[in-house]
Amino acid sequence: MDLTLSTRSEDGRTVVEVAGEIDVYTAPKLREQLTELVDSGRYNLVVDMTGVEFLDSTGLGVLVGGLKRVRMHDGSLRLVCTQERILKIFRITGLTKVFPIHDSVAEAVAADDA
Amino acid sequence: MATVELSFSARPAHVRTARQVAVTLARRINLPEPVLDAVRLAVGEACGLVVALQQESRPDDPVVVTFDDSRGLAIDVRGAVALEAAVGSRAIDLLAAAAEPVVDELPVGASLAVVSELVPRLTVATSPAGVTVSMRWPAEASAHA
Repeated sequence: MDLTLSTRSEDGRTVVEVAGEIDVYTAPKLREQLTELVDSGRYNLVVDMTGVEFLDSTGLGVLVGGLKRVRMHDGSLRLVCTQERILKIFRITGLTKVFPIHDSVAEAVAADDA
Repeated sequence: MATVELSFSARPAHVRTARQVAVTLARRINLPEPVLDAVRLAVGEACGLVVALQQESRPDDPVVVTFDDSRGLAIDVRGAVALEAAVGSRAIDLLAAAAEPVVDELPVGASLAVVSELVPRLTVATSPAGVTVSMRWPAEASAHA
C-alpha cells in the first residue's frame, strides 16, 4: 500500500490524515505536504497516524523536520497514534520525549499549546 | 527451501519488496507477530541504509539480500558502498539529532541505531568493497516474544 494524505481544518488546527506506509520511498511525499502547510502559514498541525501501517526512521526524520519547521513559528505538531507497532519506533528512538502523542484527533485538537 | 536471495537496484521503491519477502519468510517459520514487526522494520532500515549509501554514486549496483530460514532466520543485506567509520551502530544520539537545527533528515546512522534495538544478533561489516548488515533471529525468538 502506498501513502495517502488528506488535510482538513479543525478548531484552528490543521489535521493531516496519513494512511499506508511511510518509508524511504514515500516519506518525501509527507515532507512535501508538511512543508507546504507551513509555507502557507499553518503552524499548528495534528498528524493523524491512525491509518499508518509502517513507519521507518526516514519517516521519523520527516516528522522531526516538520516539528522544527512549526516551532520556528511558535507552532505545534501533535501526533495521533494508538498502534503498538508504530509507537515502538518512537519509543526505541527516544522520540516519545519530543512529540506529544495522543490517542485521538479530538484529544490532540483540544490540547493546550500554551 | 532454506535460502532465498533478492537482488535489486539501489532505489528506495524496492525496499518495500525486501520487507515483504522478509515478513513472508518470518511468517513461514512461525515467528510471532511482534517478531514479524521487528523483522519488517529491521530489514526496511538495513535496506534503506544501503540504498542511501549508494543511491547517488552507484544506483545500478545491486543491493543483495539473502534470507536463510534453516535455523531461525538469518538475513544479510549487502551493498557496494562502504559505511563511513564515523557511523557507529550505537553512536547516534537521536535526541541530540532531533534537537539540532538541521531540518528534515536524521543522520544516516539513525537506521542502524534502530536496527540494533530490534535484532537479537547484529553485525555490521564494512570494507572498501562494501557493507554487510547481518541480522539473526534465533529459532527460540518465537518462544520469548
